[in-house]
Amino acid sequence: MEKECTCSNRFADVDDLGPVDEIISKYGSEKGALIPLLQEAQDAYGYLDEKIMRELAQRAGYQLSQVFGVATFFSQFRLNPIGEYLIKVCHGTACHVAGATQITDEVSNQLGVKEGETTPDNKFTLESVMCLGACALAPIMVVGDDTHGKLKPTGIKKILKQYAGPTAAAEGDDA
Amino acid sequence: MSGNGNGHKYKVVLGYGTCGIAAGATAVKDALEEAVEGGGYDVDLDIAGCMGLCFKEPVVEIFDREGGSVIYGDITAKKVPQLLDEHVGKGQVIEDWVVKRSEDPNACEGDFLENQLRVVLRNCGKINPESIDEYIGIGGYEGAKKALTSMTPEEVIDEVSASGIRGRGGAGFPTGTKWGFARKSPGDVKYLICNADEGDPGAFMDRSVLEGDPHSVMEGMILAGFAIGARHGLIYCRAEYPLALKRLDIAIEECHEKGFLGENIFGTDWSFDVKVKKGAGAFVCGEETAMMASIEGQRGMPRPRPPFPANSGLWGKPTNINNVETFAAIPWIIYEGGEKYAAIGTEKSKGTKVFCLAGKVRRTGLAEVPMGYTLRQVIFDVGGGIAGGKEFKAVQMGGPSGGCLPESKLDTQVDYDQITAAGAIIGSGGMIVADNRTCMVDLARYFLSFTQDESCGKCTPCRIGTKRMLEILERICEGKGEPEDIDKLQNLAADISAASLCALGGTAPNPVLTTLRYFKDEYEDHIFNHKCAAGSCPALITLRIDPETCTGCGACVKVCPTDAITGEKKEPHLIDSELCIRCKMCLSRCPSESIISE
Repeated sequence: MEKECTCSNRFADVDDLGPVDEIISKYGSEKGALIPLLQEAQDAYGYLDEKIMRELAQRAGYQLSQVFGVATFFSQFRLNPIGEYLIKVCHGTACHVAGATQITDEVSNQLGVKEGETTPDNKFTLESVMCLGACALAPIMVVGDDTHGKLKPTGIKKILKQYAGPTAAAEGDDA
Repeated sequence: MSGNGNGHKYKVVLGYGTCGIAAGATAVKDALEEAVEGGGYDVDLDIAGCMGLCFKEPVVEIFDREGGSVIYGDITAKKVPQLLDEHVGKGQVIEDWVVKRSEDPNACEGDFLENQLRVVLRNCGKINPESIDEYIGIGGYEGAKKALTSMTPEEVIDEVSASGIRGRGGAGFPTGTKWGFARKSPGDVKYLICNADEGDPGAFMDRSVLEGDPHSVMEGMILAGFAIGARHGLIYCRAEYPLALKRLDIAIEECHEKGFLGENIFGTDWSFDVKVKKGAGAFVCGEETAMMASIEGQRGMPRPRPPFPANSGLWGKPTNINNVETFAAIPWIIYEGGEKYAAIGTEKSKGTKVFCLAGKVRRTGLAEVPMGYTLRQVIFDVGGGIAGGKEFKAVQMGGPSGGCLPESKLDTQVDYDQITAAGAIIGSGGMIVADNRTCMVDLARYFLSFTQDESCGKCTPCRIGTKRMLEILERICEGKGEPEDIDKLQNLAADISAASLCALGGTAPNPVLTTLRYFKDEYEDHIFNHKCAAGSCPALITLRIDPETCTGCGACVKVCPTDAITGEKKEPHLIDSELCIRCKMCLSRCPSESIISE
């Protein structure tokens, strides 16, 4: 199903403007396309670097303030690079009631990073998100593309271990 | 679905929505495919969307030739060979794994489904959502065909008005009336938007419908576009729902192939097309003017109304916005007739409503019931009561704009007006059940932290007011509450409700107001006695070990960051409350559940 490989160099380097060229030629001057433009840029680079935002603004005919305004308004957009695996711990109501705080605490303890931070080896970035819509399996978290449900703090170590080894990235498939 | 299609002895259908996949359905799918390929079983394999039996995921339903079926739950890849061997190979049902069997529908957990009435979810879990032919095979697109070839737009609106359906996104505005406004609004170019930005934490019915039955939403949109005179349809869907987005793309492509979308659809001179817009994560974009701003490529901030979208909406053109669940009900209404829909429900709330049961309820999942059911029926008859034999404390309805209802309100009927009178709202239909271990002050704090975080910042009452309310709630939870805090909360709530620009701010204080109304003693306990009876707020609890059940395994000692726990091996341990920082790490580690927080 996934075409995209999950290895660490899956994102383009910000010095490579190839993806920007593609995005601009795809959307051109389409009215109201700023959000899809930024979404695709983030897909390509992993985050929205200032250089990329400047480039997009100039080429698509937006003020930089407009681009930055949108990029900082929506929670999906990131202004900093992420690790190989993005861990999103759900803090929706059902997850909150089921102990999402303890899940975040445990992931944080295991990895030695706080929310919003990336591990020094660039492997994991820890984030909290609002409802992911799988409330019946609360509490849940998403690691890379995989959703893990009915979590217990005691089970976190084992889950993280699946992704920690150097081979996991190379195989790129952990469904 | 009757029978099993193309001549095989059995049809094996795997629930393949996000819930199922999160519970391991992909491994089950691989195992099924492998076993069927290698084992020579006489079966037809298929996938379906979520059946709503989230508590038993992954779920597999096996149909026989006569149309009888057995639903199995908690299926793992390991169980697949035995399942196929016994059920398909020998024709023997594996009783221990059964969730529901058509021969005795109320047995096992079957009453979860039997106690429901499914209109919106009529096809969810029954057809392959990635196949337009399966949808057509059960009468899909007949409603659209009927309307476009033999009805006028006004007749379609009349039928929808006759059904009495009210917008399922939360506000409950009559859909027929809304369509009437959009129809009458002058202009050549009109837009139709499907709001699939399901942002309420605790609501996932729109995701389930989009994943399980995207074509009923398409058909509903085709009907609405025809009725109001809009040729351009947009679905604004959350980026957090990748599977829904994928299935929508497939559905749109299939519709083009069949001539149901595009130019001259259904062989008529009417043209209509649908595009998907991916949201970028902002709760406020559920508000229609904010959503339109975001579609136009701006920050998703609401604007004052009027002008209403029906007159000046997207790009300044007349625009009609409905929610996923509303659209999914429309084909049924047109095909079966508005009167039939209106026969379901209460006087002022017609039809059915889908609720998402989650939290401390035993059977979590999707519950579609007729309006007029009582909360008790939904939570106990459908939901099976409270998980782990604990006590019911409250049900939170309507997400961050809603409220918490206590046990005394359990006999309230599910109806827009009655739920509102009780102090909550139906909203989009999230129902989070809380038991006696849930602290209501903490729950109110949780919702305020959500709205405060999601406030777009445009108007001061919401931006600053929710911040001040949150600060008060945080200090109450930390044991630093002041006697006048309850009055302060009430005053702030009144001002924020009255003065905010949009519904996000206007309803943000609701979780505080209803918990103050029904659980004021908990606030007082926190403020005056520095106690959290639910054992939840870290600053107000003590942790101790029950010497009767503690096995002395030492698991807690290993995780305690402050070395507060001591004891001999195989002897009951002790927590030194001077050293304990109440992080509860021990609580989640204890295999015998001997650690008590009070």
